[in-house]
Amino acid sequence: MAYECNGATVEADEEGYIIDISAWNPELAVLIAESENIEMGDDAWEVVNFLRSYYEEYQIAPAVRVLTKAIKKKLGADKGNSKYLYELFPYGPAKQACKIAGLPKPTGCI
Amino acid sequence: MADFDTPDISVPIEIPTLDRGAMHHSSPFPAAPDHQEALGFPGELVDDWQSKAINKLGELLGKSRALQVYMDSCVKCGACTDKCHYFLGSSDPKNMPVARQDLLRKVYRRYFTFAGKHFPWLVGAEDLTREVLDDWYTYFHQCSQCRRCSVYCPYGIDTAEVSMAAREIMDHIGKGQKYCNEIIGKVHKIGNNLGLPEAALIDTLEGLEEDIEEETGVKVRLPVNEKGADILLVTPSADFFAEPHVDGLIGYAKVFHQAGVSWTVSSYASEAANFAMFIGSYEQMQKIAERIRKAAEDLGVKRIIFGECGHAWRVAYNFMNTLAGPFDFLDSNYPVPQHICEFTNDLIEKGELTLDKSKNDHMTLTFHDSCNVSRGSRMGDKPGGQFTIPRAIIKACCNNFHDMAADAINENTFCCGGGGGLLTDDLLELRTKGAAPRMQALKEVVDEHGVTHMAAICAICKSQFSKVMPKYGFDMDNVVSVHQLVSNAIVLDGQTANENAAVE
Repeated sequence: MAYECNGATVEADEEGYIIDISAWNPELAVLIAESENIEMGDDAWEVVNFLRSYYEEYQIAPAVRVLTKAIKKKLGADKGNSKYLYELFPYGPAKQACKIAGLPKPTGCI
Repeated sequence: MADFDTPDISVPIEIPTLDRGAMHHSSPFPAAPDHQEALGFPGELVDDWQSKAINKLGELLGKSRALQVYMDSCVKCGACTDKCHYFLGSSDPKNMPVARQDLLRKVYRRYFTFAGKHFPWLVGAEDLTREVLDDWYTYFHQCSQCRRCSVYCPYGIDTAEVSMAAREIMDHIGKGQKYCNEIIGKVHKIGNNLGLPEAALIDTLEGLEEDIEEETGVKVRLPVNEKGADILLVTPSADFFAEPHVDGLIGYAKVFHQAGVSWTVSSYASEAANFAMFIGSYEQMQKIAERIRKAAEDLGVKRIIFGECGHAWRVAYNFMNTLAGPFDFLDSNYPVPQHICEFTNDLIEKGELTLDKSKNDHMTLTFHDSCNVSRGSRMGDKPGGQFTIPRAIIKACCNNFHDMAADAINENTFCCGGGGGLLTDDLLELRTKGAAPRMQALKEVVDEHGVTHMAAICAICKSQFSKVMPKYGFDMDNVVSVHQLVSNAIVLDGQTANENAAVE
């Protein structure tokens, strides 16, 4: 599959994860989020931005605990937990938020 | 993905009315050429796939006496027909174990038996056509290799072995599955299924050390690549990444700390799971197992302990010595390898752990036996140890425990629905339907005995249940790690009183 964003075609795999992660931009994130029925509010952006900066440093999405701790620091204890992250990304913060952030899908027994 | 109905578990699951082709549409994504080639398999379906597949089948029959016997000995008694969770949940008759075996058996008969070569119409022998190959791909990826059917087969025919052989043949003609093959490639390249590099592993474990200290006031270490440690912990990488897995990892760390042993994980062998078993590839399985041996030698450890991972334990318990042995450099006073549950239970039996059961009083537990532990291995030094040891740990840590029905536990356990290389989003319908028998058994103890949580000792089971339990009206966090219960109950020396909030 592919996304049409600002006149450009961005290739994605069968599940909608973009192939070339450097092709990502915020408009594309909104487009991917729309196709997942996710509205990109400020909190969702906090998560996506953290995923991208963590990925840049470590070449992998953060573990759930690492993510919840980071969000707790930024948005407070009532939001720094898995339940809230699942409210933002019902299909799972690791997989769905990674897709919107333009990062590869985490694989394995998860 | 098309919408589908979640099975109704409000009434007992009985043998369903057959619905031919009900799951014919369910196939996993194929491996991309680079996933295939990284493992030495052809990138895409080869031109002469039919003759190559038949030759490969012949080769496997020559290597495995068991496969030959499984192909020959079925008498169509029907004992297996209603034993597969995927059949019970999907009603597709091709998910009856005998029908699944027959997909390969009819080709075997056509090319390898006298009757099948000369009178195929008399003996159910069929040519290997493209249609048959597509059926192989579809229905051998609807088998989680859980081996429940083989418990009931009077001849002991093991459908898992048949599905492994079929997947091995398909890989060799360029028809592999994306989920497994991409993951195996990551293990070869990075050391684990997730693709979690060393720096991220260290960062993640340091974070857990902070969490434990914050919770208990005790500095509990989670060391990486520590040379000279006594114990190498090999655990599924999901334990570093996901919930409730990570709560189990914290439990292992606390137990090691309290036991006063030195331990480490290795970034080179940062994966217990051996997905090569799912695709039936001895060569790939060996490559993955050899990473563990190399890590143990490089770090100079004396013991290897496996974390909570079902098929990892099957591979480790049964095959590690032939795959990557001998392990004569390890301390022979301890089992090689040892399961974390054996380690913890030994300490409990010796009275060396202080466990405050009341810390788990907010839960009533049941235990989900994982297929590969139950039917593919053992624990401890007594028959059935793989059933009694995890339960002994739970009971030592919790006041409230109730087992599910006898036909759904121990060697009769139902698969979680996501094992055998099927824990992938493209098979979510299959996973959901296949979980129905387990969900039914769980619902019974929830309704009748007030069970609130189900504990498991397998990363796949935990992830699968977190995903599908909400579809059956449970919460995603109703599944817990066994060592999460240990983590809640254990009282560490010097622990700040009343500060350890239990993790649900």
